[in-house]
Amino acid sequence: MQYEAIVIGVSSGGMNALKFISSALPADFSIPIIIVQHVSARSDNEWIKLLNKKSNLTIKEADEKEKIETGNVYIAPANYHLMIENDKTFSLTIDEYVNFARPSIDVLFESAAEAYKDKLIGVVLTGSNNDGSKGIKRIKELGGMAIIQDPETAESPIMPASAIAACLSGRQAVQLDYILSLEKIVQLLIKITQPFK
Amino acid sequence: MVLSGLEEVSQIQSKVLNNEKYAYELLQELSITVTEMFRDENFYKSLRENVIPILKTYPFLKIWHAGCATGEEAYSMAIILQEEGLYDRTTIYATDFNQHALNRAKEGIISNALMREYTSNYQLSGGKEPFSSYYTSSHNHIIMNQSLKKNIVWANHNLVSDSVFAEVHLILCRNVLIYFDNTLQNKVQKLFLESLINGGILCLGTKESLRFTEFYEKYSELDKKQRIFKKKY
Repeated sequence: MQYEAIVIGVSSGGMNALKFISSALPADFSIPIIIVQHVSARSDNEWIKLLNKKSNLTIKEADEKEKIETGNVYIAPANYHLMIENDKTFSLTIDEYVNFARPSIDVLFESAAEAYKDKLIGVVLTGSNNDGSKGIKRIKELGGMAIIQDPETAESPIMPASAIAACLSGRQAVQLDYILSLEKIVQLLIKITQPFK
Repeated sequence: MVLSGLEEVSQIQSKVLNNEKYAYELLQELSITVTEMFRDENFYKSLRENVIPILKTYPFLKIWHAGCATGEEAYSMAIILQEEGLYDRTTIYATDFNQHALNRAKEGIISNALMREYTSNYQLSGGKEPFSSYYTSSHNHIIMNQSLKKNIVWANHNLVSDSVFAEVHLILCRNVLIYFDNTLQNKVQKLFLESLINGGILCLGTKESLRFTEFYEKYSELDKKQRIFKKKY
């Protein structure tokens, strides 16, 4: 299997989407998942603990310098940007807001694209701003796979629609791999990450 | 931006090797100077509740803000000390290796872009006064009151290459070490341990830890969640 990690960007409507994803993924899911969900700077991580209780995988906040490992779903801590280093560990930064957000999806996606190149899957889900648009394009430019939630099926269509528009427009347009409903995205992720038996 | 005027990144190399001033300027550009007032209100709340009572037992106080950047946290600390009646017997050493940032900090001119956050952070942290009583507004900046500046010593200090300069009661170094690798973190933690009095307090950022350094055993946890540590006797 080509892929080594999945990054997911999600904003408003994300709690329902993440609840669905975390309970639908099997315990033997073969690659790590790293998620930016926009939350208020003051959000504690109680909601992450709740997600973890309903999941077959370990869902946790990403820690400074933590090594990224299979079996885990990592969530960016509130009020920090989350980046991935070339040695597949996390870095946290308190740099300025990007797209009015910290954590920002673009920041995660662009650093993940550099670290994983063509071994990365990027997913943009429901949300009502345009964070993630640049990042998903960067993932495609470096050979990764881009999956976007079908805006018509998203709780908030703006963010996935903006990601689609960003990828398809401009002189350096990139081809998107999939535009699907959330249910189909989860099925697809399970299918393409299945190890060869 | 010092890079402007160059056509390729590779041109930086010879300039850095041959021009000391250029190398210094580049370093300043690359250093990270973002900081906020009362970032993490729960930390400042814990500081008031758990650390201030300890500080009140000393006849005079030395506090070190390591990596203070443009000074927002040092001013936050000065405000708390003033409200707690401690400021007049305190010296705050606010250090950074970025002289541009230090110069700005010294002037006490802070961008008001995040003023709304600062104000609610301050209020939620247990602030006792109207936040606006600590500054004067001017265009898109605020200017901190003179009375907050009088006991702050702004000094150029490099955490990696400079050594102990004072024995202090409290060190704040929040969200600086996240930018350092493990080797550098250990080096800086050694410096902190040597700079603190016995029973002195160390405050790190809420996502920073002592656990993976050689110095975890040297401290007890005063507030585990807010990463406030007390040096053992």
